[in-house]
Amino acid sequence: MLFELRDVSLTRGERRVLDSLDAEIEPGATAVVGPSGAGKSTLLRLLNRLADPDAGTIAYRDRPLDSYDPLALRREVSLVPQLPALLPGTVESNLAYAAGLAGKRLGVAECLRHAGLAAEFAARDVSRLSVGERQRAMLARALAQQPGVLLLDEPTSALDSEARDAVEATLRRLRGELDLSLVLVSHDAEQARRLTDRVIRLG
Amino acid sequence: MSTSIHLSLAQVAAALALVALAAAISFWRRTDLERDIAVATARSFVQLTAIGYAIELIFEADTIWLVLALLAVMVVFGAFTARGRARAVPGAFWPLLIALTTAAATTLGLVVALGIFDPTARYLVPVGGMVIGNAMTASAVALNRLGDEVSESRAAIEATLALGATAREAAAPFVRRALRSGTITLVDSTKTTGLIFFPGTMVGMLLAGAAPTDAVRLQLVLLYALLGSVAIAALLATGLAYRNFFTAAAQLREPHR
Repeated sequence: MLFELRDVSLTRGERRVLDSLDAEIEPGATAVVGPSGAGKSTLLRLLNRLADPDAGTIAYRDRPLDSYDPLALRREVSLVPQLPALLPGTVESNLAYAAGLAGKRLGVAECLRHAGLAAEFAARDVSRLSVGERQRAMLARALAQQPGVLLLDEPTSALDSEARDAVEATLRRLRGELDLSLVLVSHDAEQARRLTDRVIRLG
Repeated sequence: MSTSIHLSLAQVAAALALVALAAAISFWRRTDLERDIAVATARSFVQLTAIGYAIELIFEADTIWLVLALLAVMVVFGAFTARGRARAVPGAFWPLLIALTTAAATTLGLVVALGIFDPTARYLVPVGGMVIGNAMTASAVALNRLGDEVSESRAAIEATLALGATAREAAAPFVRRALRSGTITLVDSTKTTGLIFFPGTMVGMLLAGAAPTDAVRLQLVLLYALLGSVAIAALLATGLAYRNFFTAAAQLREPHR
């Protein structure tokens, strides 16, 4: 089992974001779907320990999540947030930063190709990228760490249909080419069906 | 050379004409600051008069312990005041207290050790007051900026943490900007000193009848001491306070207001 959640609850302010959630996520591709505010993004944040639940337990590969070093865990279980937030500089410097943190050798062209970006994007300043290109640069940056699991939060939410098709094709290719598990948050049930094998419904 | 200046209370009161002018401008342009101007005038009179008598007592007693006690009170009060401007930073008091204490101790220790000033009340009290006051302002500005930076950049910080960066690495660009904004004002005013404005110590010495070269030299020593203390205070305040935004598991805490 990749992740196992038992009786997981989380409250933020007055709001119960997750309420006694039980879920199992197997290796492969899993979608998390549900209406806005159902706690989909929060669930991803719990899986790479950007936040901890108030109650309940989460296990990763049959070990309690909090028994892992959080920094090492985040390099292994990589989260690509919904809003692209790259560091100032070029695409390549972002990739190099991520690879350096994970102690991995950087293959810029390979990461860009996997994320559906041409090699010349390496030298491009991130401030000059479109939203869709930034989202793919975020994906390339996560791939530079060679993670075992990719957590994707609405990876196509800010994209037009053409860019969305490109990212979806990228994700399908990634599943085929790399030994990578995906957990994908989406509000689009059709997309979840197209890209994943299993669906967890929240809310 | 030095001839002391003596002002009567009536002469001080005459200067209130300029306060009245400030209040009149506020009333005329409806900036609604008349009340604040009145409070500031009354507080400055009471506080400075009180500290004047306190310093007189300390000068007469001429013991280092009373000087240290006064400096300690200034540091604690400075840390409280600066915390008021750093509301967005969780647990800002202790970093500020450590920053102001270290800045005051290092700066005063160095000017005494280098033989610039004697370790007596006459030097340590006024120089200590300037050092602590400037360190307080710089660290308050730096932490205020740090709080704004972190609350505006939560997405960017979490995106960096999500890559497995440490809290220190994720916060580094924002700590750097906060440190810069804490120190830049004094650096800029030091650059223009003598050209655009005359600093207070030099003006005071000239008014008291000192030779201009002596006034300038003392002013330079103080400016350099202040640069050091401001840099130390802002560095320590930001370097210690940023940690309070994060948990031990390098998670960004919920906003603190």
